[in-house]
Amino acid sequence: MKTASRILGTALFLDGFEVQDAPRYGAERRGAPLFAYVRASRQPINERGVIRRPDLVIVADDTLVPMPAAGVMAGLGDFTVLLVNSQEAPSVWKDRLNLKGPVLTLPATAEDRQELRFAGAACAGAAAALLGVVSRGATERAIREELGPLGAEVVAANLERALAAFDLMAGHAGCVQEGTEVSASGYRHPEWIDLPFEDARVAAPAIHGAATSVEVKTGLWRTMRPVIDYSRCNRCWWVCSSFCPDSAIGVNAEGRPQIDYEHCKGCMICVAQCPPHAIEAIAERAAAAAEGGRP
Amino acid sequence: MTRILLTGNRAAAWGARLARADYLPAFPITPQTEIIETIGSWIDSGEMDCRMATLESEHSMITAAGAAAATGARVFTATSSQGLLYGMEMIYTVAGWRAPFVLVNVSRGLASPLTLEPDHNDVLATRDSGFLQIHCATCQEVLDSILMAYRLGEDARVRLPVIVNLDGFYLSFTREPVETPDPAAVDGFLPPYDPENVRFRASAPLSQAVVVLGGSPYSYFRYESHLAALNALEAHEEIAEEFARTFGRTYGALDTYRTEDAEIVFVMMGSFATKAREAVDRLRQAGRPVGCVRPRLLRPFPEEGLRRALAGKRGVAVIDQNISMGKGGVLYGELASALYGLGQAAPVLVSFIGGLGGRDISAEEFYEMAAVTRSAAEQGTAPPPRLLYTLDELREVRKLQAIAHVERQGLGEES
Ligand code: SF4
Ligand code: SF4
Repeated sequence: MKTASRILGTALFLDGFEVQDAPRYGAERRGAPLFAYVRASRQPINERGVIRRPDLVIVADDTLVPMPAAGVMAGLGDFTVLLVNSQEAPSVWKDRLNLKGPVLTLPATAEDRQELRFAGAACAGAAAALLGVVSRGATERAIREELGPLGAEVVAANLERALAAFDLMAGHAGCVQEGTEVSASGYRHPEWIDLPFEDARVAAPAIHGAATSVEVKTGLWRTMRPVIDYSRCNRCWWVCSSFCPDSAIGVNAEGRPQIDYEHCKGCMICVAQCPPHAIEAIAERAAAAAEGGRP
Repeated sequence: MTRILLTGNRAAAWGARLARADYLPAFPITPQTEIIETIGSWIDSGEMDCRMATLESEHSMITAAGAAAATGARVFTATSSQGLLYGMEMIYTVAGWRAPFVLVNVSRGLASPLTLEPDHNDVLATRDSGFLQIHCATCQEVLDSILMAYRLGEDARVRLPVIVNLDGFYLSFTREPVETPDPAAVDGFLPPYDPENVRFRASAPLSQAVVVLGGSPYSYFRYESHLAALNALEAHEEIAEEFARTFGRTYGALDTYRTEDAEIVFVMMGSFATKAREAVDRLRQAGRPVGCVRPRLLRPFPEEGLRRALAGKRGVAVIDQNISMGKGGVLYGELASALYGLGQAAPVLVSFIGGLGGRDISAEEFYEMAAVTRSAAEQGTAPPPRLLYTLDELREVRKLQAIAHVERQGLGEES
């Protein structure tokens, strides 16, 4: 999503807009949900920080929608356009989320691993079209600029998806309306309160709990699932287990590595590190469907 | 001169590159790391001629920076938050060496509790160290201020290290259009550093006498540093003029916005001040004569300029993105002392604390602060300091406390 925001930001900039784009993430990086935002204006931009009233919201991973912590619905107003990267129809999302504003879907790229990598570019291309003020040419140049360092092949593959998404959304060009800023006359007064003094037994930032990281099911973040092929795993010196940043790979009594899917966040570091390439990456959706549900 | 999209971190790296920094002692910390990574990649690719050394802590990093500056090299380094505090002993120590260099601090709230997002308690902890401080509000200003900071620190009237501060996330990870000046023009503005008598050299061991026993010589050296810091006001004015002539962008010790005919003025530092500007425009549309003053220099503190900008105003809302426990907002206290003695011309000062740990300040809150300050001015007395905090936020905390309570019960710590 960071890449998508940069592609869109650069495309707007190339077409003469003032731009601000930024990702937001916490301490977790690889595999954790994150969001990014883009502001654009014909005037210099003074506003900063997370957009409170977005005109367009794009969800690249539709499994994040029901997760309250991901907060993808925050700030959605009656005129906000929602674009979901999803196999399901716009009407399904409209009903499910009880939305008044326009909903569009980009047929999911999340089905197989090859396509998932291009979700960012596809979202950026679709967004550029929906804004109606960004040219196809600027979108193309933006992808060349942002992805150029990754090589011609990556650029070509991303260009293909982005421009396909741009063309797919062309019929909705300009459906995103520029919202108005809050006026200083007749605004809603902030409900400020005087913070009361509270005893340190309550007010000290301490929650004592054992093994709290077990409770956080980081497995829900996963879009790709690592699967060990035990016929190829030679039980090396458990490189996978040592490298896993979430300690999600244990080793059993026989010396076999075992992945804890409740906590594996899908960062794919183990896949990259395994010396005999015994760990394969499978799209989570496909793996879960095969099992009859998400873990 | 080209205009490109840069994060605040990359703008800082560009500042170091264009200043032709010779030496970069480094240690990673969020949200600063992108600065040293960027410079590291330029060194690798040969685009920047600089020696980078990765140290084992910020304490060593700041020692290395000061030591290298004492050889006459042009030194750049960067840190953030807990890292700055970890190096605090050396922050004070190297400032006393009177060997200038530039340290970029990417502001991030301090523990405890731990956070990643910005406020200014980290950089304010260095307030009395002898480092000068420049606070930035945009990515462009980050780049430009680094160039100006070298001129300022290396000025013979000053010769002190300088901290250039930018806010984490709101600038560090945010891309904005930034003009990267022409290197030849920068070379003209910022010639190689003449270290005068600062001359440590390899293979020529020397020791620097820095121990004084007795308060009298100690007082002399400390007060000389203070006088040098004060000289930086005049030096900054000259440097800013030359910068404006060369690059077309003007940076005063204070950034004033629509203050001439303003009755109410916001005073705040850092990137959130651009939000205040936005609010000023909207308030003006609604017919309220409001302006904004942003101190770029915190050390030296531009007292005279603040008196000039604020004398005769009706009310001033001071918005502190920091808190001194048991006192309140630091900028509020500093401003009150600067305006002391103005008599009839003194505006009513209202203290607000907001943006701690990156907590956003909404447009409505700016409007409300202007309204509260206006009514304080009409009544002639200020209300007690106000933390920008809403009922909804307290409700969220109550939910977390309920969880904490259950956890404690589970552990038998509470019944
Ligand atoms: S098991 Fe593999 S993919 Fe999962 S978190 Fe660990 S290293 Fe990442
Ligand atoms: S790194 Fe690969 S070979 Fe080694 S234990 Fe893990 S899966 Fe097996």
